[in-house]
Amino acid sequence: MTTYATTPPPPIPDDVRGLGRNRGIDLDGEAGQIDADGVCAWFSGRLVLEGVTLTMEKSKVTALIGPSGCGKSTFLRILNRMHEVVPGAQLAGSVRLDGLDIYGPGQRAMETRRHIGMVFQKPNPFPAMTIAENVLAGLRFSRVSPGNKDDLIQASLTKAGLWKEVKDRLGELGGALSGGQQQRLCIARALAVKPRVLLMDEPCSALDPTSTLRIEETIKDIADEVTVVIVTHNMQQAQRVSDYCAFFLAEENQPGRVIEAGQTVTIFGGPTDQRTFDYVNGQFG
Amino acid sequence: MAPPGVLISNTSVSTGTLATRSPSHAEPLTSTLDDRSGRHPDPPTPRTLPTPIRPGGVGPQDVALISLSALASFCMVWVVFYQLTFLTGGLGFLVCWYAGFVALTWVATSQVIERQVATDRVVGILVWSAGLLIIGIVVFIVAWVIYKAVPSIHWSALFTKDQKTLTASDPNLLNHVGVLQAIIGTLEQVLMATLMGVPFAIATAVYLNEVGTGRTARLVRTVVTAMSGTPSIVAGVFIYSIFIFTGVLHYSGFAASLALVVILLPSVTRVVEEVLRVVPSGLREASLSLGAPEWRTVWSVVLPTARSGVVTAVLLGVARIVGETAPLIFTAFGSQVMNSNPFVHDQGALPLVILSNTHAAQQVLIDIAFQAAFVLMSIVLILFVLARYFSRTKSKKSGRAPASEDDLMARMFLPIPIESAPE
Repeated sequence: MTTYATTPPPPIPDDVRGLGRNRGIDLDGEAGQIDADGVCAWFSGRLVLEGVTLTMEKSKVTALIGPSGCGKSTFLRILNRMHEVVPGAQLAGSVRLDGLDIYGPGQRAMETRRHIGMVFQKPNPFPAMTIAENVLAGLRFSRVSPGNKDDLIQASLTKAGLWKEVKDRLGELGGALSGGQQQRLCIARALAVKPRVLLMDEPCSALDPTSTLRIEETIKDIADEVTVVIVTHNMQQAQRVSDYCAFFLAEENQPGRVIEAGQTVTIFGGPTDQRTFDYVNGQFG
Repeated sequence: MAPPGVLISNTSVSTGTLATRSPSHAEPLTSTLDDRSGRHPDPPTPRTLPTPIRPGGVGPQDVALISLSALASFCMVWVVFYQLTFLTGGLGFLVCWYAGFVALTWVATSQVIERQVATDRVVGILVWSAGLLIIGIVVFIVAWVIYKAVPSIHWSALFTKDQKTLTASDPNLLNHVGVLQAIIGTLEQVLMATLMGVPFAIATAVYLNEVGTGRTARLVRTVVTAMSGTPSIVAGVFIYSIFIFTGVLHYSGFAASLALVVILLPSVTRVVEEVLRVVPSGLREASLSLGAPEWRTVWSVVLPTARSGVVTAVLLGVARIVGETAPLIFTAFGSQVMNSNPFVHDQGALPLVILSNTHAAQQVLIDIAFQAAFVLMSIVLILFVLARYFSRTKSKKSGRAPASEDDLMARMFLPIPIESAPE
């Protein structure tokens, strides 16, 4: 409880929305807003990301674009405390979920990750589990009773756009699906714990165009109930799915910085910075 | 530009983009000119491709070459061995014949076909014979033990009687003597060693691969490696001097299983560690990002993914200790009477029966040794089949199993049914 004394009051009473210890999963959660303030990151003492201040609006899709090695993925991993899993990783600055500092004292990484889910570049369903078990994995890990399991499985898979394809084979192993289906299974798995924010690290880069399109549709469908932050190298994809856009760039021997951020139409239509213009028009990077 | 060896037809040169390029040598230039003059381009003509790196299928010619080489080598070595010189010995003859066979195959193939093909054939023969040699050794050992053991077995006595009534001078003793006390002893000792050693070994492997970092993990790894080099008799002497000589324990099956744990631990630890290492790190991240604590990730994701490999590791460890003899001499001590309590008194074991009877003067005792060896091998086989059966019950639910799981042999020997490579 003392955690909340030092932070701005959250918009909804904290016994429902709180991130505090042993609060379990807020199964009726709605989308959350993330504010990153002055985030810097180091790997083994080398500064890779400097002074990133960015707001990811509630119920919107924010795309992080920029050339390779500019710290987009690092920034994304900072948002749900996966950064600290890497040995030698350090960071500065603060990240707030609905006003609550996720790096604040007493905040546990596990709790944070339940509220801020993640989908990775490479589809990674758990190979030893069936499709249904994969969907329920997050709840099982956090010892939360899902209520009606079948409903939850159906709801999650439907949201991820996979239900029709797998409803008759829920008992099969997750590895038996195709790459695009596996990635949608991973999205369903992340959605099953009802996160407020879903982070996606180049979720389509290992997929074919058709699967990519399916996942983009999924992103648009879920954006109402969960804030999406997506890292992508595909400019068209960023234009298609995102409402807001942030351009990251690491100039020679410099750490990555946010060059420009704003509405996607602005970034692609009339960026103020020449470097942004060059990048989104394919002039470099 | 197209890589060498790829069929290039004239039509592709005639496309507009290529024609506008400045031609680097004469041939494309002429074809470009042909196009400009409006003549119809020549139909594509296939070009002879260079010899592929790996010559394809083995035809009758190869079979003839190889078998004739074998025959010629046999005759040549026979002449040299037994007519020109006074060499003797079957093994030397075999080695010389094999060397001559390989050499002749290379010479003949390079003369008849080509040098590259000859080298391919020779290397093929070498790796094939290595594989066949392994199979041959195993088949020979198994067949030899069966041949020596089975005819003399009295099935009614072997598994039901101990050696209480054994008198070496009795020619009919196989009617009323079996190895039951040794079977029970071996099963109990191995079971206890497995129960004590395997959880410890898996925990150590999890520490090495999932938890430990830096110098401590390196130290533990070095110690485990050094431990796997411990001679097994030293493990027996160690338990003897620590527990039995000091009077803490008596000679017993339990003391024997302690000595076996010392041998089991490092081998299982190292294999499990290797198996855990190939579990893709993406799975760990996926689990952590769902809010799972680290122990949950290991327990529910990493270990189940590596399940089949872990079972293989345990099997290898059990197979390693089930035939260990040296550590038992000072600990179980061996017994001819039934003792099913592993915590008190001397206990029999199959390896000890083999040890004490193989070099006996009486044929019946030698028969007992071979029967014990036969039972020991059967136990190992049954353990393997059982463990494999239980390790794969998980996948029964899946209508379409991962490809590597289809093949029974693959199930037996592939460590991990993961399709994706480690990152």
